[in-house]
Amino acid sequence: MTSVTMTVNGKSVTRDVEPNTLLVQFIRENLRLTGTHVGCDTSQCGACTVHVNGDSVKSCTMLAVQAEGADVTTIEGLANGDELHPMQEAFKENHGLQCGFCTPGMIMSAVDLVKRNPNPSEDTIRHELEGNICRCTGYHNIVKSVKSAAEKMGG
Amino acid sequence: MSAVENGIGASVTRKEDQRFITGNGNYLDDINKAGQAYGHFLRSPYAHAKIKNIDLTAARAAPGVIDIFVGADMAADEVGGLICGWGISSKDGSPHVAPPHPCLAMGSVKHVGDQVAFVVAESVQEAKDAAELIEVDYEELPSVTDVRKAGVAGAAQVHDEAPGNQCYDWEIGDKEAVDAAFANAHHVTKMDLINNRLAPNPMEPRAALGEYDRGTGEYTLYTTSQNPHVARLILSAFVNIAPEHKLRVIAPDVGGGFGSKIFVYAEETTTIWASKKVGRPIKWTADRSEAFMTDAHGRDHATHAEMAFDADGHILGFRVATKANMGAYLSTFASAVPTYLYATLLNGQYKMPCIYAEVQALFTNTTPVDAYRGAGRPEATYVVERMMERAARDMNMDPTDLRMKNFIAPDAYPYETPVIMTYDSGDYPQTLNLAKNMISYDGFQARKAESASRGKLRGIGSAAYIEACGIAPSAAVGSLGAGVGLWESAEVRFNPTGSVTVFTGSHSHGQGHETTFAQLIADKLGVPFDNVEVVHGDTTKVPFGMGTYGSRSLAVGGSAIVKAADKIVEKAKKIAAHLMEASADDIEHAHGVFSVAGTDKQLTIGEIAFAAYVPHNYPEDLEPGLAENAFYDPLNFTFPAGTHIAEVEIDPATGVVEVVDWAAADDFGNVINPMIVEGQVHGGVAQGIGQALLEGVVYDDDSGQLLTGSYMDYCMPRADDLPNFKVEATNTPCPSNPLGVKGCGEAGAIAAPAALMNAITDALGKEIDMPATPEKVWRAAQSA
Repeated sequence: MTSVTMTVNGKSVTRDVEPNTLLVQFIRENLRLTGTHVGCDTSQCGACTVHVNGDSVKSCTMLAVQAEGADVTTIEGLANGDELHPMQEAFKENHGLQCGFCTPGMIMSAVDLVKRNPNPSEDTIRHELEGNICRCTGYHNIVKSVKSAAEKMGG
Repeated sequence: MSAVENGIGASVTRKEDQRFITGNGNYLDDINKAGQAYGHFLRSPYAHAKIKNIDLTAARAAPGVIDIFVGADMAADEVGGLICGWGISSKDGSPHVAPPHPCLAMGSVKHVGDQVAFVVAESVQEAKDAAELIEVDYEELPSVTDVRKAGVAGAAQVHDEAPGNQCYDWEIGDKEAVDAAFANAHHVTKMDLINNRLAPNPMEPRAALGEYDRGTGEYTLYTTSQNPHVARLILSAFVNIAPEHKLRVIAPDVGGGFGSKIFVYAEETTTIWASKKVGRPIKWTADRSEAFMTDAHGRDHATHAEMAFDADGHILGFRVATKANMGAYLSTFASAVPTYLYATLLNGQYKMPCIYAEVQALFTNTTPVDAYRGAGRPEATYVVERMMERAARDMNMDPTDLRMKNFIAPDAYPYETPVIMTYDSGDYPQTLNLAKNMISYDGFQARKAESASRGKLRGIGSAAYIEACGIAPSAAVGSLGAGVGLWESAEVRFNPTGSVTVFTGSHSHGQGHETTFAQLIADKLGVPFDNVEVVHGDTTKVPFGMGTYGSRSLAVGGSAIVKAADKIVEKAKKIAAHLMEASADDIEHAHGVFSVAGTDKQLTIGEIAFAAYVPHNYPEDLEPGLAENAFYDPLNFTFPAGTHIAEVEIDPATGVVEVVDWAAADDFGNVINPMIVEGQVHGGVAQGIGQALLEGVVYDDDSGQLLTGSYMDYCMPRADDLPNFKVEATNTPCPSNPLGVKGCGEAGAIAAPAALMNAITDALGKEIDMPATPEKVWRAAQSA
């Protein structure tokens, strides 16, 4: 066991973990933050996307110990209390989700996308979301959601 | 637009979204129980092998191992194998062959991924590590995976019980009439078509959490199911887990299904059984590789079709012969998919005087094949619509003109087809014309020329699809071999303070029932949308349920809710009459307001509900309370139909197909929530485009190994593979249910493959099979 300390959604957390524990396992199993999902074994689907020090990361590609000292944000930490993040609001308003399983990862990727591309074109959105798989929506309304959120976020 | 806020016809944003966008969904792997152990399956590395011995000694001694189970352990408990719930008879009257389907292998394995042993340990990692220590002595046997080879003399035999690997050899229609029609034909179009095998890939992998209560003798199975009551029924009546009243099945938030979560699988069954054996809750969660190996696949047909025409282009007869791959075992509803869900739709939208179809279902050493979004109907539409387009080109006609010439007329309903369906309503010329307008069909030649000026090949293709949804009238499906009735149940329960809880046997795994069904109550009973809660997915809470598949939730489940709401109104009228001192016959009702005709007296449903639960002033002959149950059995299938038109541009230098435009014109009858319906079309089309361009399960022909076992190898549609979609609707209300709705969940997946392959054929001037990968398209373009 190894001790690991990081800040998750603004709170400092310390746990003893096996050294091979993935960040996503740490988040789901040690912290019981189950909004971050696991949809594949090959780092393709993006359901586990979180922010590490402000950048989107597939949390299945990183060991928990690699996040030592890092500032991690999961979907549970995105809203400001009861006030939804504009990206969350946009997904709801534009029917950007159906079963909801890919949604946390999709939203976390989209927030990072807009941070780096404040006024993204449709092509940019589609290209940037290539690492997040959704089986329900056909992406049409996800693209619409991201565009709408980007406008509201002041792009 | 509706008369009430958030009622029928309003694009209300979804109730369920709040928990999903904040990470508060409750999917199966998010649930944990005190004392929970973890299960892991050791799986066959071979497509076909005899198991000579299994040595568990080293594995049992591994750290954290609680117990390990093999097939003999389940057999000793008389926990039976898995069943197929739909009986199909061959031409000679013999029943289909259903070989044993054990949850854990009994002496042999039949496909890569077949379950061999179940390890229960303190952690997933310990269970996996221990599984690696199990020593299985296999004797590898020859295998067959290709449906075109499975029935050939000398092919490897999957089951001793199924000579020639045949499950059944079935027919429908009038062979003699078709032979006569072909004898008189002016023109005959022939095609050989492959409908590629697909992996369904809901983003949430299957999972199960089984728990046994020694105090009560009750089992609770949390499972990723589209139909928890059906799972309970099968696990009780056929698999012998526990009597129905001692088995609770809960399907919480389920992350997509697309058919694959209808079925009762080995893993869920083994998990719930083993929870009693070890005396602890056990959780099993599939990883994506397991999903590829074990979630029931879809499609996998090889078809030869011939269509006869007269000199004017009218269809005279249609002849179809299909080989359908069942996989290694017969899955829960597998036998029905290539028969009654397929060949009964070969009439398409057309006046076809006669049809004859033969379907040979064959076992192979592959993952079982069962219903996947559309289930048989995409395969039917693919055959009919590829044929229509090809026939038009053969006869030098515009494909849309050939369709228009052969359409069933809008005034011809009810219309009986030669393959047992009675279409209820429709206007096929209208949806075709709408789709053509949406995509500016008449301007295509100019766009093609412009593409050509850039060295690109442009093509346009249509598909006029029809499906049979709202599955289904129990008597009808019973006569065709179904082992269950296909009604739906609902309870509408007023709480004393006027809010409403709706219990439905439909299951939502992305469809938005919590919203759509609340809209029905808001509209019918005038209860504010926010005061309606929809409960589903728990056999202890919901009266009963046949579940969600076949685009049936609104047409059947929604109709059950409407029936229950009608009963509420009837009772409320009696209470209102008493309270307002009038005759019940004089009470008028609209959207939850009950008034005495000709007066200004009125009461709201909330006031009546309160009176029903606090019955101080109440009719003597009436029971207190305001809650009603209803079971609804539909009168007929529903028949959504429409036309999708795809436009593509191909780069002959790379073979990449770009879908540049998509027009979907659908007739779903009445629509409750247009936003949700459009979303269903988007998702269905995306899966159809996936089938046509990207997806395909591939097995190695020699070894039977699954070559597409992860997202590294199986190409899922991504955001940058797809266009925006133009979606519009027409409406011929469905006459056979009280809502006039037809169902929208599968349409896109049914229409899209044929439309897209027709567009690619148009661009290339030659035919290729799905998926139209860049390599295949490039080769075709180079040899053009």
